[in-house]
Amino acid sequence: MNHTPRARALNLEIKSLRRTAYFFLAPALIPIFVFFFLPALAAFILSFTDFDIYSLSNFQYVRFVGLKNYLQLSSDPLFWQAMRNTFYYVLAGGPLAIVASLATALLLNSKLIPYKSFFRAVYFAPVVTTLVAVAVVWRFLYHPRFGLLNYALGFLGLAPIDWLGDPTWAMPAIILMSIWKNYGYNMIIFIAGLQSIPQDLYEAAHMDGANAWQQFKSITLPMLAPTTVFVSIIAMIGNFQLFTEPYVMTQGGPVNSTLSLVLLMYQQGFRWWNLGYSAAIAFVLFGIILLGSLLQAQLQKKREGQ
Amino acid sequence: MRSFGKILILSLAIMIAVITLAPAFWMVSASFMPAGEASTFPPRLAPSKFTFEHYVTLFTRLQLARYLINSLVLSVSVTMISLFFNSMAGYAFAKYRFPGRDRLFRFLVAEMVIPAQVTTLPLFLMLNKVGLINTYLGVIVAGMATIYGIFLVRQFALAIPDSFIEAARMDGASDFRIYWSVILPLCRPILITLAIFTFMGTWNDFLWPLIVLTDDSMYTLPVALANLTGEHVQDTELMMAGAVITILPVMMIFIALQKYYISGIMAAGLKE
Repeated sequence: MNHTPRARALNLEIKSLRRTAYFFLAPALIPIFVFFFLPALAAFILSFTDFDIYSLSNFQYVRFVGLKNYLQLSSDPLFWQAMRNTFYYVLAGGPLAIVASLATALLLNSKLIPYKSFFRAVYFAPVVTTLVAVAVVWRFLYHPRFGLLNYALGFLGLAPIDWLGDPTWAMPAIILMSIWKNYGYNMIIFIAGLQSIPQDLYEAAHMDGANAWQQFKSITLPMLAPTTVFVSIIAMIGNFQLFTEPYVMTQGGPVNSTLSLVLLMYQQGFRWWNLGYSAAIAFVLFGIILLGSLLQAQLQKKREGQ
Repeated sequence: MRSFGKILILSLAIMIAVITLAPAFWMVSASFMPAGEASTFPPRLAPSKFTFEHYVTLFTRLQLARYLINSLVLSVSVTMISLFFNSMAGYAFAKYRFPGRDRLFRFLVAEMVIPAQVTTLPLFLMLNKVGLINTYLGVIVAGMATIYGIFLVRQFALAIPDSFIEAARMDGASDFRIYWSVILPLCRPILITLAIFTFMGTWNDFLWPLIVLTDDSMYTLPVALANLTGEHVQDTELMMAGAVITILPVMMIFIALQKYYISGIMAAGLKE
């Protein structure tokens, strides 16, 4: 059949369409392959080598060392400190931020609130600000003597806190700042989730005499559950990448109380040029994030199965 | 009863707004204070007299204009290039048939799990080998195309009816012509959203420019600001002026285009 002129023309057309598709794909896929996919693969290999400052000038000095970097990590107290700090940030900061996002979303979804879009824009504004600039500003807000925050605490009769100088308070200070900066983002997603709940559910509950709290507990919360799972896991993945806040505000201190995994990776890689060791840290981070993503995929599948 | 609840809930909303705006308000206010005034007790909320001296210092002695230009050039180039490349690829994934298309797309989406930090070390070595460290191009290559951008455009382009494309083809339009004059205008909303995301993401980015730009004169605003805080720890008012300049451009874009920005996030969140 391929010999009829019509079929041949069709065949040619399919071939030319295919070529056009590749023409459209290449400009995006080549950079992604070269500058993202290949480096990710190379990082994996790098994590099994002793790449250091000497190898930087001459790649011939690089040797494969097997699992040495990973074994060294497992006995490096600084690494475990960074792990603990990062998990502290993720497990304490994450849920608190979600509660703040949900509470403000409920507030703005209330029928009693006027100027909704104004409040929404104000609450959202910190999200678009530059993190480095925000960290610079908050460093001064946290100043033990002249900072606005301790001044406000003074009105409540509380003693001043050395926010960034006290190892117990430095991480809470970073968490507080990142809640302020980020709560508006998930608030928007929660508002979208709230608006997608059918109104007649509430009307039916109202007819049955359910009060506001009962409606919230048995309609709003269960209907928002998928959004909450989604938002929590995305936030968790982002929070594991904590870097800029400690870099600008504390350099990981005091006494390493805010040293995060990415900050340790940066210091090992770009300050001490232990690139092999640093790549191993990067892959531990990747492993954690991968687990989080698999968890999300699993939960999503389960929900779709229902 | 109802009006009481209304007042209560409104004052709660106002209180949260005040807390949210307080750091920004203080930043702007302190940037106009005479040197040393931000470090007094009790803290001042407003300057005793307005001064622009810190802004003048930033632009004369500390070459802030240079950093501002670096940030602008980088953010605009990354936005334009990635918008062009991502939209072509997104369109191809949505509307062309070729062997392995769906498998390739699924593979790309799966790659999104890899955190960018993982790629920084080998990418640095690679750029070092070809002499791209401390150049604009070194920053740009990492953002030339994004999987997320391709994904967003594809999802949007899927909804465009095939008949539009066929009609243009009947009229003798070439494939590129169809992409340029039919598809791009139809994708306007998603392209605007993607442009805002990309511009702000590049402007606010810190880790990658910090690694690639090693020379002072190449710094972007965030890198320069982080560097300045190290040297000018005591000059609170100066630092606040620097923070204002860094945040101002993204804030203005947000205020002008917030409709696109917020609807983009809502769409991304609902799609899951």
